[in-house]
Amino acid sequence: MTTSVVKVNDLSKTYGAGDTAVYALKKISLEIQQGDFVAIMGASGSGKSTLMNILGCLDAPTAGNYWIRNLDVADLDEEQLAVVRSQLIGFVFQSFNLIPRTSALRNVELPMAYQGVSRADRRRRAAEALAAVGLADRMEHQPHELSGGQQQRVAIARALVTEPAMVLADEPTGALDTASTREILELLHELNRKGTTVVVITHEEEVARAARRVIRLRDGEIIEDRTWAA
Amino acid sequence: MRSSLTILGVLIGVSSVIILTAVGNGSAAAVRQQIEKLGTNSITVMGMGGGGGGGFSRTRSSTAKGLTIADTTALNNKDNAPHIKQAAPILNATMTCTYGNISATPGSAKGTWPSYFEAANSPVDKGGYWTNDDVAQKRGVAVIGTTLAKNLFDTDSPIDKVIRCAGQNVTVVGVMKSKGTTGFQDSDDVIIMPITFVQRAIAGYGNISQIQVESIDAKSTQLAMDEVTAIMNSQHKIKSTATADYRVLNQSTILQSSTDSSKTLTVLLAAIAAISLLVGGIGITNIMLVSVTERTREIGILKAIGAPKAAILTQFLIEAMMLSLLGGISGVLLGLGISHFSILGVVPVVSLSSVLTAFIVSALVGLVFGGWPANRAASLRPIEALRYE
Repeated sequence: MTTSVVKVNDLSKTYGAGDTAVYALKKISLEIQQGDFVAIMGASGSGKSTLMNILGCLDAPTAGNYWIRNLDVADLDEEQLAVVRSQLIGFVFQSFNLIPRTSALRNVELPMAYQGVSRADRRRRAAEALAAVGLADRMEHQPHELSGGQQQRVAIARALVTEPAMVLADEPTGALDTASTREILELLHELNRKGTTVVVITHEEEVARAARRVIRLRDGEIIEDRTWAA
Repeated sequence: MRSSLTILGVLIGVSSVIILTAVGNGSAAAVRQQIEKLGTNSITVMGMGGGGGGGFSRTRSSTAKGLTIADTTALNNKDNAPHIKQAAPILNATMTCTYGNISATPGSAKGTWPSYFEAANSPVDKGGYWTNDDVAQKRGVAVIGTTLAKNLFDTDSPIDKVIRCAGQNVTVVGVMKSKGTTGFQDSDDVIIMPITFVQRAIAGYGNISQIQVESIDAKSTQLAMDEVTAIMNSQHKIKSTATADYRVLNQSTILQSSTDSSKTLTVLLAAIAAISLLVGGIGITNIMLVSVTERTREIGILKAIGAPKAAILTQFLIEAMMLSLLGGISGVLLGLGISHFSILGVVPVVSLSSVLTAFIVSALVGLVFGGWPANRAASLRPIEALRYE
């Protein structure tokens, strides 16, 4: 019996009104279980970024429901959403988005600082997370001293450190070269094998192939939802 | 670099609060010292409408009865005024005095009785006083102050020399002990002659300018003032204080009004300084807004990984307060340093309360002026912040 991590029902997102209305998402419904490795695909304008923002609690839907680990986010205020973002969701961005002038270790510690975890625990868990992504020897480096691939690994470590319900990655390999791309995809695969739920937003086939399930979007609707064995 | 410029704003604000308050306090202290030299037994009766306040003008109260020698004599009546030791009339005049080819215009020229010198706490320390006989004989004799002596005679002794004042020959019989300046008036730039001489030769026989009264001791000053009021009311046929055509002042009332005006001055100066502090605060708001804008993306990231609004708010508030406190501390140091020097002739007196206030205010400035930008940062919607280039 697997737990539901993401459950979306008749989710819609509309920008503007009347003649200028943009229907970014039109009554989407889907469910993601614990341990899934999902790629959400679509061309630009398909609504995948909008969906990602809603799944990440960065934006609210215009209609429909979103449950994260059976918690309805519609009931939550901004403070509570901040808690959800820090504890249940691990973000990975296309442009890494590490805090500049701050060491890798401190970057990874950050989400825990917002949860009130003690200094010693923070340090330990951050070091473990960095080791898990293979950067144990680069903990004190600052972002500008790391390669693109390494920075993204730090970002993944940061996403993992709070033991979230899912890792939500927005074009994680978009800013990386071929070799680094492969590195990151292998890392995500590895993490998923160990039990982490991974949701990747992408428009690249190569990335989608690394996952085990693909949900395709076009013009705000799901046109395909296919699972295959790893 | 731009932090230094921002800090400079607060620094200037804080240091000017301290310096200007110190200057205000210093001048108040100087005036108080001068007034205390008058003595607690001194009471001055003046006409209404610009009496002899600075010793510059003659009283000419057009609608009311002015002060007269008769009033003075009444005040000297021991039966009616047991607490008055003596009363001396004062007639202010303006004149130029010459000695040979040197001429000087004393700041104050008075005609009075010999009892004036004690009543006004102005003793002579070179030569002697002119006498009641000189008054009776309307003689042209004078006691001068040290400044006038220096102006006319330089280092020579003025005693027994004859000077010409307003076309009259006047023999100098004594020089008063130096009393110093109040900042507005040099008490040593003065010539004092028998009132009868001044009336005969210079000013005429109209009203006198003031009456200088001395109480028998410090304790009796209030009683003496009451007796003065009673006698003056009877002399001038005044039924109620509302119609009084004279004023009675003593050290404490003069001190009170000078304290009031010093307070006003100090408050004014502090207000001006506070304005510059305000401008410094606006500088902080400015720089914090720029900082927030530059770090919009960063704020978006922090929010995406779960920073609560309070964390962002606190972070930026602390940055703002650091800036303003740094400016405050440097401002205090600079203010204390400059206050060691005499400014515009006043020796500044730094008050601890102004330093503490300036310090607390600079922290508050950071809080208040940094508050708006910090709130803007904390209220950014994560999704919009993340999209910001």
